[in-house]
Amino acid sequence: MRAFQILIDGFAISALYALGATGFTLIFGVSGVLNLSHGAIMVAAAVAAWAAASIFNVGTYAGALIGVAVALVAAFATYFAVVKPIQDSRRIPNEEKEIFVLTGTLLWGIMIQEVIAYFFTNNAKTVLPIVEGVVEILGVRTPKNEIFTAIVCCLVIALLWLLVNRTRTGKAVLAASMNPRGVTLLGLELTNIYVVVWAIYGILAGIAGVLLGMFLGVSSYSVGPLTASAFSIVVLGGLGSVSGSLIAAFVVGYLETLTAYLVSPAYRTIPALLLLVFVMYIRPQGLLGRR
Amino acid sequence: MNNAPSVALRMAFAAAAAGAVMAASSAALAADPIRIGVIAEAQAIAGASIPQAAQLAADEINANGGVDGRKIEIIGYDNHSSSADSVRAFQRAVNEDKVNVVIASYISEVVLALEPWASRLKTPFVTPGAASNEISKSVHSDYEKNKYTFHGYLTSAALALSVCDGAKDLLVDKLHMKTAVIMSEDAAWTKPLDIGYEECLSRIGLKVLDHIRFSPDTTDFTPIFNKIEGAKPDVIITGISHVGVQPTVQWKNQQVPIPMFGISSQATNETFGKDTNQAAEGVLYQGVSGPGVAVTPKSVPFAENFKKKFGNYPSYAGYTAYDEVYYIADAVKRAGSTDADKLVTALEATDWEGTIGRVQFYGKDDPFTHSIKYGKGLITGLMLQWQDGKQSAVWPKDVAKVDIKFPSFIKLSN
Repeated sequence: MRAFQILIDGFAISALYALGATGFTLIFGVSGVLNLSHGAIMVAAAVAAWAAASIFNVGTYAGALIGVAVALVAAFATYFAVVKPIQDSRRIPNEEKEIFVLTGTLLWGIMIQEVIAYFFTNNAKTVLPIVEGVVEILGVRTPKNEIFTAIVCCLVIALLWLLVNRTRTGKAVLAASMNPRGVTLLGLELTNIYVVVWAIYGILAGIAGVLLGMFLGVSSYSVGPLTASAFSIVVLGGLGSVSGSLIAAFVVGYLETLTAYLVSPAYRTIPALLLLVFVMYIRPQGLLGRR
Repeated sequence: MNNAPSVALRMAFAAAAAGAVMAASSAALAADPIRIGVIAEAQAIAGASIPQAAQLAADEINANGGVDGRKIEIIGYDNHSSSADSVRAFQRAVNEDKVNVVIASYISEVVLALEPWASRLKTPFVTPGAASNEISKSVHSDYEKNKYTFHGYLTSAALALSVCDGAKDLLVDKLHMKTAVIMSEDAAWTKPLDIGYEECLSRIGLKVLDHIRFSPDTTDFTPIFNKIEGAKPDVIITGISHVGVQPTVQWKNQQVPIPMFGISSQATNETFGKDTNQAAEGVLYQGVSGPGVAVTPKSVPFAENFKKKFGNYPSYAGYTAYDEVYYIADAVKRAGSTDADKLVTALEATDWEGTIGRVQFYGKDDPFTHSIKYGKGLITGLMLQWQDGKQSAVWPKDVAKVDIKFPSFIKLSN
C-alpha cells in the first residue's frame, strides 16, 4: 500500500522535475548558458495562470495558456535583454562572459521574483486543476490532476524528442549543441537557432510552471528552490545531456518521495543533495555528461 | 533703591516673555502629529491588512479632530517578512522619522527580534499578530528593560485555549469526536501552541494520536496527510500561519476525508478564498473577529469600511492593528504626552472596547505581562468556517450565524 503510494506520487513529481530540467539543460547544451532565472520564469507562468483564471475569470484552459505565453515572453526577455547583450558585448572579455551571464540571469530572476511579490503578495498561489476529483489506483486515492500532470509531462518530453530528432530545425539545434562552429560553416545562422532554443525553453518552463502550480502551488519564495532543484538535477545528469537530466529527475524525485514517506517530510531534499555531492566526487561530469 | 522697581519690572517682563515663549512652544507641540510607525509584511496575506487597518483608524481619528488637536500620522515600512529588514525599519522609524510608537508584524520571530530594540531605543511597541509566549514572558522576567513591548494579540497559550474551548462545544459535544492529530508548522509561535494543544485537547476529551511538525518550506503535503490518515483521527488540529494555501489546496485536491480545525492565519483574510480557488471550503479556523460578526458594536462597521476602502475583508491582524491605533491614541490622551515612559504607564491602564472585544493588558505580576487578557467579557476568540466562499462564525453561540458543514469528501466517523 505504502509502496504503491510512493510509486505513484514519486512518478508525478519526477515527471514534473524532468520537464522543468529539460529546457534548462537544452539551453546549456546549445548555447552554454546557465539560466539562473529559471525558477522565476516557472513561477511567473504559474502566477499568471492563477491571476488570469482567478482574478480575470478567463477559465482554466485559457488561464493555463496565458501562463505558458507569459513564460515564453519571459524567456525571450531573458535572452534579448540579459543574455544576448552580454554575449555580444565587446567590453566583457570572452572568458568572463559565462560568469556575467550567471550573475545577470540571477539578478534578472530576483527582479521577476520581487515584481511578483509586489503585485501578487509572497503567499502561495495554486492554479485551478484542469481535471478535478480523485481515482483509486491500487488502493491509493490519487487526484486525477496528478495523473494528468504525469501524462502531460511525458507527452511534452516525447514531443520534444520528436522535434529534436525528426525535424530539420531540431536537427540544427542538435548540431549546434555538438559543434556550434560547424553549424555556422554550414550556413546556418547561430542566432536563429538560439532563438528557437529559447522559444522551446520558454514553452517547457511555462508548462512545467503551470503544472507545478496546479499540483503543489507556488509562491515567490519558490523561485530559489526551483532554480536550485533544476540546477542540481542537471548537474547530476550531466550538464547539457537531456537524457541524463531525465534519469536524474527520476532519481531525485523518487529519492525525495522516499525520504518524505519513510523518514520525514522535513528532510525531503537532503538525501538528493548528498547524492549530488557524492556524484561530484566520483564522477564530476555527472551521470551522462560528455565532458 | 531707585533702580529697584525697574529691576522688578524687567524681571516681570522677562518672566512674561519666557512664559509666552513656553506657551508658544507647547502650542506648537500640541499641533505636532502623533507619529506611529507601522512595520509589517505588506506582501503576505495575513500581514497586508496591518498597515491598511492602521491607516483607516488614523483617518477616522483625524476626521474627528485628532487627539487634543494633534493628528495621527502613520508611517509605513514593508519588512518583506524579514527580521533584519524589520530591525532596520525600527531604527529608521525611531531615529530618523521620530515616531512615538511602533506597531509591528504578525511573525513571532520578527517581534522577538524587535523587542530588544524597543528597549534600547525606549520606544513603546505593540504587535498586532505575533503569538509566541516568549514575547510577554520576557517583559515579565525583566520588566524595567522590556516594559516598552506590548503584545496586542493572544499568546499561543491563549490561542490553544481558545481552539480547545471551541473544539469542546463543536467537535466533542456536537459531533462526538474522540481523536485528533496535531499538524503544525515548525516556528517559534507553535512551540507553546503545541504544548497548549497537547494539554487541553486531552482535557476536553480528544485523544491526541499523533503530532506532526513540518518545515514551513514544505510544498508537498501528500506524505503528511498520508501519515495523518494512517492514524485515523476524527479531526486534524492545525497550527499554521506561514503556510496555508498549499496544505489547504492539497487537502481538497487529495480529498483528505478528515476535517481541519484550529489556527490557520492565512484563512482569516478574505483573499484566502481566491488564493486557494475556494479549496478553503469547510476549513474551520480560530479568529478574533470576522466579517459580519458583531463581537462588539465596532466589529462590523470596521470590517465593512475596510472592505469598502481596500476591496477585501481584513485578516485577523487587521482587526488588532485597527484597535491598537485607537488605544494608543487613547493612551496618549490619558498620559497627556507622548513621552515613552508615561505612554507605557498609560497603555498598561488600557481598558478599551475594540473590534475584537475588551482590551486590557496583564500586569507586572502576571506571567504574560503586557499581553492582552483572555477570558469571558474580555477576549475569547471565535471559530469561523469557510462556507460557500464566505467566512461565517460558527462559535460561540452568541455570535454564530450558521451550523458547521463540510464538503462532500469529508467523512465524519460518527
